[in-house]
Amino acid sequence: MELSAVVALAYRDLMKLIRDPIRLVTSLIFPVIFIGILGGSFQSGFGSMIDYDFMHFVFVGVLAQTLFQSSALGIISLIEDRQNDFIQEVFVSPISRYTIVIGKIIGESLVSLIQGIAILGFGVVIGIPFNISIVLSLVVVSVIVCVFGGSFGILVLSNLKSQRIANQIFPFIMLPQIFLSGVFTPIGDLPIVLDVLSRLSPMRYAVDLARGIYYAGKTEYDSVVLVDPTVNLVIIFGLFSTFVILGTWLFVRNERK
Amino acid sequence: MKPVIEVKDLTKRYPQSKSNAVDCISFDVHQGEFFALLGPNGAGKTTTISVLTTTLIATSGTVRVCGYDVDTDPSGVRRNSGIIFQNRSLDENLTAEENIRLHAILYGMYGFRPTFGTMPTDYKHRVEELASVLGIEAEIHNPINTFSGGMKRKLEIIRGLIHSPKVLFLDEPTTGLDPESRRNLWEYLSDAQQRNGVTVFLTTHYLEEVNNADKICIIDRGKIVSLGSPDEVKSDLAGAYLVVDCNERSSLIEELDSLGVKYEVNRRIKIQVTPSEVHKILRNIETPLSNVETQDATLEDAYLKIIGEDSWS
Repeated sequence: MELSAVVALAYRDLMKLIRDPIRLVTSLIFPVIFIGILGGSFQSGFGSMIDYDFMHFVFVGVLAQTLFQSSALGIISLIEDRQNDFIQEVFVSPISRYTIVIGKIIGESLVSLIQGIAILGFGVVIGIPFNISIVLSLVVVSVIVCVFGGSFGILVLSNLKSQRIANQIFPFIMLPQIFLSGVFTPIGDLPIVLDVLSRLSPMRYAVDLARGIYYAGKTEYDSVVLVDPTVNLVIIFGLFSTFVILGTWLFVRNERK
Repeated sequence: MKPVIEVKDLTKRYPQSKSNAVDCISFDVHQGEFFALLGPNGAGKTTTISVLTTTLIATSGTVRVCGYDVDTDPSGVRRNSGIIFQNRSLDENLTAEENIRLHAILYGMYGFRPTFGTMPTDYKHRVEELASVLGIEAEIHNPINTFSGGMKRKLEIIRGLIHSPKVLFLDEPTTGLDPESRRNLWEYLSDAQQRNGVTVFLTTHYLEEVNNADKICIIDRGKIVSLGSPDEVKSDLAGAYLVVDCNERSSLIEELDSLGVKYEVNRRIKIQVTPSEVHKILRNIETPLSNVETQDATLEDAYLKIIGEDSWS
């Protein structure tokens, strides 16, 4: 029963996206701008000073950042549902609260994955070098990053009361992370304060995991990747578990206050 | 026989509030009863139904639904309840059938299937039957944002009953509906109650919706003002009236003021009395009366007495 409920809730999110193709198109605008304009201009400006291609560096970073952010933002729709009261129907059903949250995370992750596949397609168009094994590995990493982003969304949004507040707060939580996680610039040699803040940013581990997989076996690996992907995976698993348990507990507690 | 709903000393105080939204209320509802919780806006109706349906935690007191404690076994309560919320709780992105299917899966009736065509035959028959009851055979696979308000409400009732709950909770279900939709909805609900033998727990501030109730509980400012059958509530709260008139109204009004009785001046003068007081009041009135009549209180009188004490001078 719980598994069927998880799939049904996730399927509902997927159907929402399929019935709203404009949402998919608009969600691709920012990644394309980031990769095409920022990646391209950085490469032409600073490319000669470093020993790796900036466009590739930014592409993998933006892929991870987009998936993480999109899943987290997608969880916002839980607030929207709460306001239009659909979520009450789900909350009075006999399924576990964790089932609701997991179903929501998986649903939003599926939505983000579709976006991720479109970004990979864009990568092919602009000439990012891929082979089948890198693509398959990146798809697996994308799943992990999406689910991780969803769990982060649950934690952040569990304390928000309205869509308006969520929209106001989200940029303050996401924008600093984008810069502190090294999506656009290397962060291996940050000043101490920024280094601490960077290590506190969950997105950092998602971005570094994606780069660890993309650059595995390449000569640029040591210049680009911060820590071994296994370390990132362990940290991500720890944070995911904490976010889901704490986020669900806070969400349910606030729901029944 | 044990009651289906048992509420004992239920109190709810919201965080940062200085007073109780629901203040130590107790009542029982039995199998198959139509129970109406009636009160003005802000009386504590939605708070009470929210605790009963496990969406809100009580500050103190015990509540059991179908033998399950709402605090310690909310899942048992949810399995046995169907709920129609005050605000629409349909997913506007889905079709009518998809809304019903999601509900059936969440209540463990069927495993997940991505389309109507892949669902088991008995589910398909059931949905077709329900669509025909509602007269929406052609629209059952349409997005529900094309449905009228009344149709959406009926769809919610169908959805709320599909898992055969023992209790159907309805929180002000006709709010926002036009009079015809309201009447249609009540006919449909009454029919559904008879067919399913389900216990109905209704909150409302519309008096006409509680006329057929087996038991009425009137609540105001979080406290129960009256509880019983419609007749018991009428006699409990409003007793009877003595309706009089005369040619010299000002002199009669002066007399009534000096006697200290409650009255209301409309087309005639309506004096609130208990049956035993009628003779005594008439004996004390010296102004010649042109008309004397006694009237039993209506439910409306009882209700107005609670929410509009000020209308009596």
